[in-house]
Formats: sequence, structure tokens, C-alpha cells
Amino acid sequence: MESSIQVKDLVKVYSLGEVEVQALRSVSLLVERGEFVAIMGASGSGKSTFMNIIGFLDRPTSGQYLLEGINGEHLSRDELAEIRNRKIGFVFQGFNLLSRTSALENVELPLTYAGTQASKRKEMAQKALTEVGLKGRGHHHPNQLSGGEQQRVAIARALVNQPSILLADEPTGNLDSKTSEEIMGIFQRLNREMGITIIMITHEPDIASFAKRSILFRDGKIVDDRKNSAPAVAGGRTGEK
Amino acid sequence: MTRLLASLRIALRALTVNKMRSALTMLGIIIGVGAVIAMIAIGSGAKRRIAEQIASIGSNLLIVLSGSSTSSGVRFGSGTVPTLRVDDAKAILNEIPAVKYVAPGLGGGAQVVFGNQNWSTIVNGYTPEVLEIREWHLASGRSFTQQDIDGATKVCLLGQTVVDNLFGGVDPMGQIIRIKLVPFTVIGVLAPKGQSTQGQDQDDTIIVPLTTAQKKLFGMQFPGMVRWILVQATEPEVMKDVENQINDLLRQRHHIQPKQDNDFSVRNLTELMSTAEQSANVMSLLLGAIASVSLIVGGIGIMNIMLVSVTERTREIGIRIAVGAKGRDILLQFLIESLVLSLIGGTVGIGIGVAGTLILSSFTQWPTLFSVEAILLAFLFSGSVGVFFGFYPARKASLLNPIEALRYE
Repeated sequence: MESSIQVKDLVKVYSLGEVEVQALRSVSLLVERGEFVAIMGASGSGKSTFMNIIGFLDRPTSGQYLLEGINGEHLSRDELAEIRNRKIGFVFQGFNLLSRTSALENVELPLTYAGTQASKRKEMAQKALTEVGLKGRGHHHPNQLSGGEQQRVAIARALVNQPSILLADEPTGNLDSKTSEEIMGIFQRLNREMGITIIMITHEPDIASFAKRSILFRDGKIVDDRKNSAPAVAGGRTGEK
Repeated sequence: MTRLLASLRIALRALTVNKMRSALTMLGIIIGVGAVIAMIAIGSGAKRRIAEQIASIGSNLLIVLSGSSTSSGVRFGSGTVPTLRVDDAKAILNEIPAVKYVAPGLGGGAQVVFGNQNWSTIVNGYTPEVLEIREWHLASGRSFTQQDIDGATKVCLLGQTVVDNLFGGVDPMGQIIRIKLVPFTVIGVLAPKGQSTQGQDQDDTIIVPLTTAQKKLFGMQFPGMVRWILVQATEPEVMKDVENQINDLLRQRHHIQPKQDNDFSVRNLTELMSTAEQSANVMSLLLGAIASVSLIVGGIGIMNIMLVSVTERTREIGIRIAVGAKGRDILLQFLIESLVLSLIGGTVGIGIGVAGTLILSSFTQWPTLFSVEAILLAFLFSGSVGVFFGFYPARKASLLNPIEALRYE
């Protein structure tokens, strides 16, 4: 069985006018299926760049990256979009929901682009919302939901296509600690029960402690990579199914 | 198909979110399409009126006029010196096979009196064929006959305007009117024809038998004198030939030497009319072109708003691309949005154009004519304006970099 993520000598150089910025300097990493990895590091350490590349939103300058054996190097923009659609779920810090669009329709979005039939779409989106504990709230618009609820809608959207990997960029950055813990509870359950690989960027050690493995970036390099033998367990009141 | 429906729904939602902006954007297209519809309707109305006037003058019509006179080097207009005779008309009919009817005539202005009413009008003497040539129908009564010509009877046919001004409610049939103090019996009333191209009232006329006009009203400088001859050819294609043949025939009959000028002239009225028709065509083309410019301006308005919309929704586009929207999904979404804008605008514009034209024509009495083709064309044109001007913003949206788009504030 292939590894979930296989990264070798990844380099990313941005050129800002005349200045060249080395965002990643030879990063190598192996993530197996079913892992829950926290990526830590100060801002500018290259962790977001790394996330964009493994999410097929950006291309590396050099080096190799395989997502479940798929090499995106020679794929077109549209082919990458299709892989994102099928294999990857994104959760962002700012939730990034479409305003003026109901929670249910937000969750349906990836299915729309997958070409799923409308009735099937609705059914799958309902199921995903139930999964994150928002059963029956599908008709609410984002501005009628709390931050934690909005992030759960975003997680439901990331889940709806049954991706094999969930990429979360500061998922708790805009949330208070109690809500953050609820979100971590959902992550842990998805990881445990559905076997989804989760890679999560965070700068808070508390949040990272919920993951099974934590990686530290500094100046575009991985400087620390350790297994978390006893991850924190999020409070039990999160998974109201 | 599923994707297309979804794109349509997304586009409609985006438009309803910004109702005011959508409405203002549409306004450009509405005005453009409305103007195109109105201009085409006015243009084709004018064209049809000219066509009707051509028909009212009579088809395939040539007029032979007496020649111009020259006195001490000063040339006077056609018809000033009488040179034509009734026999010329007979010769034209008998010797040129492509001639269907001839009607020699003379006449002029005259004061007419009935009871205590009087009216100044044009009185023309003709042979009965004039009614065929000018396609003049009788509203009531009868036409005069060859007997009336032979006997120079004092009978007359009245145009509607003369009837209105002289009789005012009284039935004119059988009444006696005085033309230049000569009593005439009214035997028929002509059906109304309306205005001519030059704006003359064609119904302000009286027709009397030619011989009566010659002997009792206008006099003759020589026997059988007429001032003009109306000639109707059998079909439009032979008009030019007939014109040449009349020239040859009359030159021969009038003993004109090869180097001498004609003492008559032949006018082709149908040709004159078709010139008027051409200028009406040019006119309506011009009006349409001006209106199209406003439609294009409306299209630029759509492009402008779509560009603003793309910028505003950069983040939304980023989200869509991140979760798997392909370039064509985004392209289609924005293209449909501008297409819907322009087509709704087009539909409303058609309504306003039709309504505006009807109101305008009811106030100004301008003739207007709507055609399904013009309306369909305006609708399709507005649609293509939407696609054309929506393409650039839509393409711009579809090429956004998802990372930058997601970071956009």
C-alpha cells in the first residue's frame, strides 16, 4: 500500500521582483495513511507553502511529491483541480464559506464540480453535516452560525467527497479554546473512525497536542519530527451524532 | 448537464444578490435594444409608406410631358408649351406593344362652387383609362365613358377632399357643381388615396372627361391638344424600352431633326419612387446603426460590472477552484451571468421598444412596422453582446491563482 504523502527534496523559490525567497529548502517527508500530523512553525517558516504544494494548489520549484502515488508534476491545471476534488478536503482558518449560500449548499459545492446528481448531492451533504453534528441546520446561512459551527460546515464540505486526506490550515485560528477543542474532537474521530489522513497547520502547541505526530518547520526546513505517544483527548461532548 | 444547471443557478443567485446593480447594468442593454427595436420599426414603417405611395401612383407608370419652351435664351419648365396631341397618345398605344394603357390629359387649378360653398382644387381632364393607370377606385357612382368623351358631357368625378370641403354631409351624387362657372353633374366619388410622396393631397382633385376639359374649361391652342400623357407599361422590366420607343415615336411624329432637342420629355415615376425607397433604406440602416452603438455601450457596461464582480468575488472564486472547480466551470459561471443579464435586458428592452414606438407613433402619426425578424434579431444580438463582453471578465476569473484568490481580502 502506498504512503499517503511522499515528499522528497522539495524546494520552492518565490521571486519577488529581483529578490528570490527560498520558502522551502529541500524538505523530505513521509506520511502514512491514517496519520494525524500537526505542522508547527513560526510565520514565514514555509509551512503554508508546504501545505499549498501538498494540496496541489501550488507547484514546487524542484523535488518530488506523490499523493497516494500520483505525481502532479506534469498534470494540467484542470487535472489538478480534479484530484483536489476527489482526494483532498480543505479546511481554512477563515472558514472560507460562500456567504449568502446555505450551509447545505456550501457542503454540496465539491459535489457540484464532481458532476454529482442534485438529489444524490443533497443526500451526501446532509450526511456530512450530520457527521459534524449539524444535523438539521443545513438551511442556515453562514452569518447565522457561530464560528465553531461555520468551521464545522467547512469540515463537512471537506468531507463530503470522501477524500483520503484532510488538509487544515490553522483550523482553530479564529476560534476560542473550548470551540477549538470541539473541532479537534471531530478531527480525532474522523481520523480514528474513518481512517482519514489529517495534516494540520497550527502555531498553538495545545492544538498540536491532539495530533499523533508533530513536525516543526523553521526557515523552510523540517527541524523536528516526533511521534506523540499520548495525544490529548478532546472532551467527549463533541461527537453528538 | 448537471453542471450547466448548477452554473445557471449560481449565476441567477449572484444576480439577485445585487439587485440594484443588476438592474442598472441591464438598463444599458434595455435602452440599446429598445432603441434598435424602435428605430427598425420607424424605418420599416417609412419604407412601407413609400411602397404604398408607389402603388398609389400606379405601377409601371411613365409620364410624357409637353416640351420646355425657350424664350430669348430663358428656358421654361416642361409642359409650358403644348406640343402633345390626343393622336400622339393613340399612336403610343397602337404602335408600342408593351404599352397597356394611355391616358392623355390636361388641367389646372380651378375654383369650384356648390351652393354657398366654394373650394379651389385641381381639375384634370382625362380619358377613362386614367382610373386603371392610377389604380383609382370609385367609392361610389360610376366612371365616365367613351360616350362622355365623344359628347364632351359635363360630368365629373370628385376626390374625397373636395367632397368633404364642398358638401359637408350632403350626398354629392347627382348634384350640380360649378367649375369655373360651368355646371357639372357629379357622377362618382373617388376612393381616398392619401398623401403623395411629396406630401400632396392626392384626393384634392376633380376628374372630368378630356374633351370637356379641352372645350369648356381650359381651351386648346390647336385641335386635340393635351399637356401630358400617362402611359402604363405591361411590366416593370420593359419600362426602359418603352421610354426609348416613345422617344423615337414622338420624335418621328413631331418631325424633329436628329440634332434638335425633343419638344417633349418622358419621366419614369417608378424610378423616381425607387430612389425615394433607397433613401428610406439608407435612413433606416443609419437609424439602426446609431441604435446599435447604444447596444454596444450597454455591452461595455456589462463588461465593466462583470470585472468589478470578478474582483469582488475573488475569494469565492478561490474557494471554488480549491474544492475542484475547473477553469471552464468558472468561465461558464460568469459567462452565464452576463448572458442572463443581457438576455433579461434584451427582453425588457424589446417590451420597452415596442411600447415606446407605439406611444411615439400615436403622438406623431409616424407609420411604424414591427417584424418578428427584427425582434428576434435584437434578442439574439443582445445575447451575443452578453457573451462577447462577458468573455473577458469570465476568462480572467477562470485563470485566477487559487492561492492568491484565497488570500484576497
